[in-house]
Amino acid sequence: MQWETVIGLEIHCQLATESKIFSGASTAFGAEPNTQACAVDLALPGTLPVFNEKALEMAVKFGLAIDAEIGKKSVFDRKNYFYPDLPKGYQTSQLAHPIVGPGHVDIQLDDGTTKRIGVTRAHLEEDAGKSLHEDFHGMSGIDLNRAGTPLIEIVSEPDIRSAKEAVAYAKKIHAIVTALGISDGDMSQGSFRCDVNVSIRPKGQDEFGTRTETKNLNSFKFMEDAIKLEVERQIDVLEDGGTIVQETRLYNGDTKVARSMRSKEEANDYRYFPCPDLLPVMIDDDYIDAIRATLPELPDARLARFKEQYGLSDYDAGILAAYGSMASYFETAVDACGDAKLAANWLLGEVSKYLNTAGIEIDASPVSAEALGGLLVRIKDNTISGNIAKKVFDAMWNGEGSADEVIEAKGLKQVTDSGAIEAIVDQVIAGATPQVEQYKAAEPDKRGKMLGFFMGQVMKASGGKANPGQVNQILKKKLDALCD
Amino acid sequence: MSLDRSDVEKIAHLARLQLDDADIPEYAQHLSNILALVDQMQAADTSALEPMANPHDASQRLRADAVTEQNQREALQANAPATENGLFLVPKVIE
Repeated sequence: MQWETVIGLEIHCQLATESKIFSGASTAFGAEPNTQACAVDLALPGTLPVFNEKALEMAVKFGLAIDAEIGKKSVFDRKNYFYPDLPKGYQTSQLAHPIVGPGHVDIQLDDGTTKRIGVTRAHLEEDAGKSLHEDFHGMSGIDLNRAGTPLIEIVSEPDIRSAKEAVAYAKKIHAIVTALGISDGDMSQGSFRCDVNVSIRPKGQDEFGTRTETKNLNSFKFMEDAIKLEVERQIDVLEDGGTIVQETRLYNGDTKVARSMRSKEEANDYRYFPCPDLLPVMIDDDYIDAIRATLPELPDARLARFKEQYGLSDYDAGILAAYGSMASYFETAVDACGDAKLAANWLLGEVSKYLNTAGIEIDASPVSAEALGGLLVRIKDNTISGNIAKKVFDAMWNGEGSADEVIEAKGLKQVTDSGAIEAIVDQVIAGATPQVEQYKAAEPDKRGKMLGFFMGQVMKASGGKANPGQVNQILKKKLDALCD
Repeated sequence: MSLDRSDVEKIAHLARLQLDDADIPEYAQHLSNILALVDQMQAADTSALEPMANPHDASQRLRADAVTEQNQREALQANAPATENGLFLVPKVIE
């Protein structure tokens, strides 16, 4: 049977506020346990929440960025459940009146087309603390530093049809929240956590199948792997005549195995009700318009501009425009060297290679965008060849100075003096009699390919410094003269 | 609407309350009475009214995003039955 995969995502995105959503405790990551958990976060009797204006502003920014309806009246609800890392016995969240209503994002598919994915809603809520289950004399340890950290939970429509689309959607949301500066998006620190709802149905069927939820996928790779694994499992179960149980599953990225965590409790078991400690949050058009005016250029707009302004391909623009740090590095390098195609090739080639090897992001590159621009200028003005530039870049990466300093110190300046090149060519031709004889014996239309050997010898003899274009020209002239 | 024994057991479980078996019929009766009152209220026509999220006709005040709380872990953990390395210790949550 042909199966169709149906996927919906819930993304918990930590908002980059200084203080918590309802208290003045710090949200900084990595502090000593419970040093950033105040009386409100601990739910001590008599404490009351006061809503953080920045969390509101950030959630509205997100809503505007995905073209969503903004809730002018949003209401906090209590989602009741018991767990020791949730001291109040409920999570303050939003159910009926979220701050962000229906919106959408567009994802780019491999075949170059665009697909629109609906966002059902995005609501504000507080994070829980952290439970540590290592052995504390048979007890669990609780760290409440994270309790009360502001989150927006972004819920997609079940519009996603493959693991690849799910990753493209999650990456797009990630690019948007980081472009807006409302989240650091750091998946390893839990700032951007994805839960995927997966079901399958026979192709052509309208009703959805029973779905499972796989939680807390903390990398895009894990998300893709976990979805593929779950789809295979569901197909196996159904084709063996079984039924899918609605449940929560946990995926372990290291072992690549998922297991059932618990049957999903019915939604109404959370017994949501409006939080009596918090009044409705009212915002007006002036407030929304003021925030709209502060929106930065978003990834989709930047993508279109990069293609238009710099003549980049869909693929190149897709990578360079997706993230603000890469985009501004690129634009700074282009400003410095005046050649967008050259800068794009270097960023996607040599620079990316070095970044991947070092396992760092572009903003941590030891070679600044201005410095790279300085190197590219020297390629353009023929001071060095593209090959020598790679050596210069390696030296720059290792902190040996600017392009000009490295070229000077290592004597890498390209030889463009025809006399000097001719001398090397003569020397190579004199020392390669057998190859010269072969060249002379070859049909004229085959000779072009044979030039490669001589090119290599001359470049080697010049230490890579001879201008390749000139070498080619002089070699051809001299060899052809021998043939006459 | 009236609640039976299994409804009461389920609600007690969700609220993590331990009930005496013998008391359950009485709880079922009390809770059913409350629901009867709710039924009576629901008979009123509220179709033209907005649901009330809060009795005060006011909106939520906002606070500036600033860290105003200092670390008071020692004081805040003074009442905790068990702590270790700055963590609150609780009965083991997972097997």
